[in-house]
Amino acid sequence: MTATLLTAARAGLVSCETCNLLVRPLDAAEPGYCPRCSGALEWRRPRSIENTWALVIAAAICYVPANVLPVLTTTALGSVDSDTIMGGVMLLYRTGSWPLALIVLVASVMVPLGKLVALTYLLLAVQRGWAGTDRERTRLYRMVEFIGRWSMLDVFVDTFTVALVQLQPLMSVKPGPGVLFFAAVVVLTMLAANAFDPRLIWDAGTRRGTHHG
Amino acid sequence: MEIVACPECDLLLRLPEPPVGGKARCPRCGDTLATNPADPLDRPLALVLAAAIVYVVANVTDLMGLSVVGRRASTTIVGGVIEMWQQGETITALIVAFCAVVAPGAYILLMLLVLLAARRPPAGPWVGELLRWAEVMQPWSMGEVMILGILVALIKIAELATVDPGIGMFAVGALVVPFTSITVTFDPREIWRRIAHGRP
Repeated sequence: MTATLLTAARAGLVSCETCNLLVRPLDAAEPGYCPRCSGALEWRRPRSIENTWALVIAAAICYVPANVLPVLTTTALGSVDSDTIMGGVMLLYRTGSWPLALIVLVASVMVPLGKLVALTYLLLAVQRGWAGTDRERTRLYRMVEFIGRWSMLDVFVDTFTVALVQLQPLMSVKPGPGVLFFAAVVVLTMLAANAFDPRLIWDAGTRRGTHHG
Repeated sequence: MEIVACPECDLLLRLPEPPVGGKARCPRCGDTLATNPADPLDRPLALVLAAAIVYVVANVTDLMGLSVVGRRASTTIVGGVIEMWQQGETITALIVAFCAVVAPGAYILLMLLVLLAARRPPAGPWVGELLRWAEVMQPWSMGEVMILGILVALIKIAELATVDPGIGMFAVGALVVPFTSITVTFDPREIWRRIAHGRP
């Protein structure tokens, strides 16, 4: 069935990523620019696999210090207390707001990890031509794209906590080194999702189809 | 009928004009290809103007205040950025500034210009350029994540001291409504149709 479906690339047409105009480029090697929106025309996002890998690996490296290093240091009445991301979740849980603890746990720990696993899976599936349903993989990609921003939650929590609790010498909160790594994980995974071209999932599916058919 | 390629799977297909309020999906990957909102220019424009007013309120008023044994402190969004910067977390401060202030503000401004310019077609190619930038800003504009972050911070601090929510917090919450509605009522195809281009 896939053989009868025609993609724009096979028909020699480039679809503009910005305005979706279909263009027949004069030179297939250098598609040039979109006549309507002047955006650069590309058959597929340039160096999509390499760039996505680079960003995923960078994010995975930052993920470790983001979870190990403290994100907040609280000084209250002489006692000093450092909290990691997980520590913040535990604090919320202990003080009785378990729904919030769950939200922070999902947004700060599970979502970034899930994004890294999902992108790694998509990259390997495309590169190795793993069997599977392309529709499901596209849905997974869309989910990664959609939930990415929510991991920024903890960065906002830390920023506003630090901003508000500045009552020296009584009580003050300082940001820890973990915040920077955590923010880096969020930004890098968002850029990675953006670098990945979902059309590659379908290109790999077509290659698989011709192999077996 | 327009021939397009699905942006997510590159399938070439004839795109039927969806009924008003309806949408067209790709038969292969299920991506939404086109929507047909009832009033694709005036309604988003009204929402952008509403967002602009709430955005200003959210940025100039206090998010929340704190009082402990007679001492009071309060913060704004920019106040949070400045405090992080002064505590030495300059890069984090810049990321927060971008996602909380710059990206939403730029998105509102760009959409305002695009929607105003598109009212009198043919619009110049610069309108397309601005729309492209608006679409770049959109995923980085994190109002709804920020309001949740403010609420979590509020509840955490409430364990240590008395906190009271400020007008800014309600404004950040209110900003979520026009922001999500803009994307639903707006159809970028309507703008691209109105942009003059030389070669077919």
